[in-house]
Amino acid sequence: MAECGASGSGSSGDSLDKSITLPPDEIFRNLENAKRFAIDIGGSLTKLAYYSTVQHKVAKVRSFDHSGKDTERDHEPPYEISVQEEITARLHFIKFENTYIEACLDFIKDHLVNTETKVIQATGGGAYKFKDLIEEKLRLKVDKEDVMTCLIKGCNFVLKNIPHEAFVYQKDSDPEFRFQTNHPHIFPYLLVNIGSGVSIVKVETEDRFEWVGGSSIGGGTFWGLGALLTKTKKFDELLHLASRGQHSNVDMLVRDVYGGAHQTLGLSGNLIASSFGKSATADQEFSKEDMAKSLLHMISNDIGQLACLHARLHSLDRVYFGGFFIRGHPVTMRTITYSINFFSKGEVQALFLRHEGYLGAIGAFLKGAEQDNPNQYSWGENYAGSSGLMSTSPELGPAQRARSGTFDLLEMDRLERPLVNLPLLLDPPSYVPDTVDLTDDALARKYWLTCFEEALDGVVKRAVASQPDSVDAAERAEKFRQKYWNKLQTLRQQPFAYGTLTVRSLLDTREHCLNEFNFPDPYSKVKQRENGVALRCFPGVVRSLDTLGWEERQLALVKGLLAGNVFDWGAKAVSDVLESDPYFGFEEAKRKLQDNSGIDIILGVFPFVRELLLRGTEVILACNSGPALNDVTHGESLIVAERIAGMDPVVHSALREERLLLVQTGSSSPCLDLSRLDKGLAALVRERGADLVVIEGMGRAVHTNYHAALCCESLKLAVIKNAWLAERLGGRLFSVIFKYEVPAE
Amino acid sequence: MGAGRLGAPMERHGRASATSVSSGGEQAAGGPEGRRQEPLRRRASSASVPAVGASVEGARRDRLGSYSGPTSVSRQRVESLRKKRPLFPWFGLDIGGTLVKLVYFEPKDITAEEEEEEVESLKSIRKYLTSNVAYGSTGIRDVHLELKDLTLCGRKGNLHFIRFPTHDMPAFIQMGRDKNFSSLHTVFCATGGGAYKFEQDFLTIGDLQLCKLDELDCLIKGILYIDSVGFNGRSQCYYFENPADSEKCQKLPFDLKNPYPLLLVNIGSGVSILAVYSKDNYKRVTGTSLGGGTFFGLCCLLTGCTTFEEALEMASRGDSTKVDKLVRDIYGGDYERFGLPGWAVASSFGNMMSKEKREAVSKEDLARATLITITNNIGSIARMCALNENINQVVFVGNFLRINTIAMRLLAYALDYWSKGQLKALFSEHEGYFGAVGALLELLKIP
Repeated sequence: MAECGASGSGSSGDSLDKSITLPPDEIFRNLENAKRFAIDIGGSLTKLAYYSTVQHKVAKVRSFDHSGKDTERDHEPPYEISVQEEITARLHFIKFENTYIEACLDFIKDHLVNTETKVIQATGGGAYKFKDLIEEKLRLKVDKEDVMTCLIKGCNFVLKNIPHEAFVYQKDSDPEFRFQTNHPHIFPYLLVNIGSGVSIVKVETEDRFEWVGGSSIGGGTFWGLGALLTKTKKFDELLHLASRGQHSNVDMLVRDVYGGAHQTLGLSGNLIASSFGKSATADQEFSKEDMAKSLLHMISNDIGQLACLHARLHSLDRVYFGGFFIRGHPVTMRTITYSINFFSKGEVQALFLRHEGYLGAIGAFLKGAEQDNPNQYSWGENYAGSSGLMSTSPELGPAQRARSGTFDLLEMDRLERPLVNLPLLLDPPSYVPDTVDLTDDALARKYWLTCFEEALDGVVKRAVASQPDSVDAAERAEKFRQKYWNKLQTLRQQPFAYGTLTVRSLLDTREHCLNEFNFPDPYSKVKQRENGVALRCFPGVVRSLDTLGWEERQLALVKGLLAGNVFDWGAKAVSDVLESDPYFGFEEAKRKLQDNSGIDIILGVFPFVRELLLRGTEVILACNSGPALNDVTHGESLIVAERIAGMDPVVHSALREERLLLVQTGSSSPCLDLSRLDKGLAALVRERGADLVVIEGMGRAVHTNYHAALCCESLKLAVIKNAWLAERLGGRLFSVIFKYEVPAE
Repeated sequence: MGAGRLGAPMERHGRASATSVSSGGEQAAGGPEGRRQEPLRRRASSASVPAVGASVEGARRDRLGSYSGPTSVSRQRVESLRKKRPLFPWFGLDIGGTLVKLVYFEPKDITAEEEEEEVESLKSIRKYLTSNVAYGSTGIRDVHLELKDLTLCGRKGNLHFIRFPTHDMPAFIQMGRDKNFSSLHTVFCATGGGAYKFEQDFLTIGDLQLCKLDELDCLIKGILYIDSVGFNGRSQCYYFENPADSEKCQKLPFDLKNPYPLLLVNIGSGVSILAVYSKDNYKRVTGTSLGGGTFFGLCCLLTGCTTFEEALEMASRGDSTKVDKLVRDIYGGDYERFGLPGWAVASSFGNMMSKEKREAVSKEDLARATLITITNNIGSIARMCALNENINQVVFVGNFLRINTIAMRLLAYALDYWSKGQLKALFSEHEGYFGAVGALLELLKIP
């Protein structure tokens, strides 16, 4: 039945020091810009949600005003870069023990300066209990929201917006978590919420869900009955007891009923015939551990069985489990998974959620923010500001961590535009962007973590150098180093902390950390310089291409695409050379590939695009929405295109006639997730009937999408700029990937 | 799970055992053990078959098409027919995880001649079982369940229902040895997990060969048979009207004239749930380990009680709402969003999360809550199975229901309420003995 937390228990955390000093900036981040609040108070944990506006610097590019001036002057940058303040929206979720609730409310009250909010949405069993306290402290009116409605709203939200949100739990495998790629259609599903009782809800659409059943045997039964049997008061301690017990001392097993014959009968002797069946005797003592274990099995099996019966009745195979009974406890995830597998014979999958604990708070927040239509946006998990699964604010120093107790954070950034699937994906549900799963592949994980650690110095240096006029750049860069270093250490210990670990997630985490400390685009000046050089080379490159015969030209164009790709500051092999030799550049890259080349976008991509245009092909050129390493951004691509159009009539007329369209991908990563692309791009792809997809670069065509299956022709090309990866793929450093695929009939 | 049958391999085994039953009579006479048998006793037994019984059996065989003849029978024919009928005593045994259920057929049509020839050990068993209502400190004969004037295999007699705890099985086997059971060359048809567990002990200690039978086959056979013979003129099957209203609640007979399809919920130590489509067509749907053993086991731990009766007696005086957290405890009333009534239990033992409330409950309250928890859960699983199998009559059997009106009424009410009147909970007077009856029927080869 409904989650009601365990209000009234009041037993959890009693012994903790309530006058705790919070490390406020680390936890209630950006509170001075907080706008709207929601709170979910469970039996032992409080989850606070708020929306804030984050002001951060962005590097904007702008064309110089060329009217009446000599635009051909050398050594002048092709465009100007201005650092501007941009305001974006962020959702903050903080989870802490109820013990801290008063201290936290005091802290919020003291720091709440800008809010015009009058109400706070509240949900959870404890919302009633703490209503007066909240109203008194925050001077906000408490608006109570229905628990299950909030839960389901929250569940829909994380399933839609957080990649790798759901996972299956596999005991005995390393790691135990196997994350699911986001299904494009999340409905219908079954949500089994195991609070003090169990509620089973069938969710059919965003707004339609139905309570299909429940059970009174839930977390409260484990806790209450467990406390009676073992005299152990705390839920976590009961779980700990259970994890050490032998249930076969208390339960009547099949082998107890059948003797040794179960083997010849093909029965599993370890199946439980009767829970607590052996305790029906007056003359035997049972250990606390054994009874707790037996109780855990009894309850988990029962819930699993009911969930399977309901899943079968409604023909559903995706069942998500949540509630305080599950919340991050490997013991209960294991027993529930076992039960589901047993009763469904593998037909139903028990799924758990990384942010399960936040569902109520997220839902309550969304309820209160309905007028802002948060559901019409896409949101992205901010790796810099979020704690990982099973890790309590790992980025805090050990001393802070000890003091902050169990504070757990989730931050989500509102993306400028909604993200959707690339319509050309062959089978969206089975699309996995990443080529190597580093959670799985321990060898690759070790290599890449070390690789990112070693590259950190260079990134810090680059960040400082990108802001020569800033007085605190060095200090901020140092903070960035510390934050990213700590993330890497967390991921060494818990590779599953943020879902499936991939090269992409490592790169994205670095970008998030850089943004966090106001290094929005450390490469903007480098790109500006390189683009300037390349633009000047462009006419010459085009001229020499035009002198070639058709076949030679195609080869030259492809080589140009690949050569430009070598200029990637992200790849360590490349950045080492570039950092040590400022004159390394165009000629060096040419030598490596022994032929004509140009710098990625201008000398590689544009000539290739121009060739396509010449043969009558329409081209959609999609670039990153936001900066990532030295990749060209959509903004830069617009200026570059404008400049090229000024030099080249082919590009000029194509732009004018909309045969060449420049759009943004929606991504700010060196990699590309084709299931999260800008809605405008997807619409255009559909509208124009795109029938060839060219994906270029190591991040987008090798680290991701190498195995991506599309329903049209595709070309994936990259230069392998990493010796280890080259070796793994069976080649050498600077080998070329050129993968042309035609979809199977 | 549950103490019921657990898988297909068992079924195979059960069938194989059943086959061996049909040759059981011969085996007793001519098998390896038969060789040690004295010719005198063989004759003595055969001579004891009365003419009147044979005629009934003859009629029965008639239906099967293998024999047709007048009621007058020659001694010779009786002799040949006798081979199809096992020697006395006739037992059916069901050895469960907690309880052993024994049914014993007491022939009441013994002629003077037969009585004279009856061997001493057989007579002593008959007298011992029928003249006592308790055996040792734990064996009990459920006198109120005795079925009178039953005709089985052409013999008239009474069917007795006896139970004792499974942990006294060694004493039972020892008694069999002491009473020189093996000399009777009777076949012990046994079902339940204990038929396997104690098979070796029966053989080595009691010199008795068990004929092991599939417990679900036996269960279904037993139920159908017992329902067909009724309960000494009354109906075997019944249901409750107004189960939630202690004033108006009535136990009423139910005519199971259209038994199929039927969901059969057998609540022993564990629970087995079967969907029965015809006499020979059934499947085990599921089972749960939360059964009678769980109720009693938890009660022992929580209250220190020592017997099932004591546990139930405590439960009858307790108040589970002090222990359980109800919907109204959370929502102040009904939870309208989900259509949940305020009286529904939201969390079994949910109030026990609080120290103050733990200190405020009595043992009786805890016993009651345990009973309500286990019963509601069984009702809930049964209801889901009935929905999945599209069956609307549910028969609850098993010894958990013995003297357990609270559980039966709760099952009746819960099934009716949550199914909005679609499902009917049915019960049967001989709640826990069907497996044993089925075993006896196998012995007698009654289809």
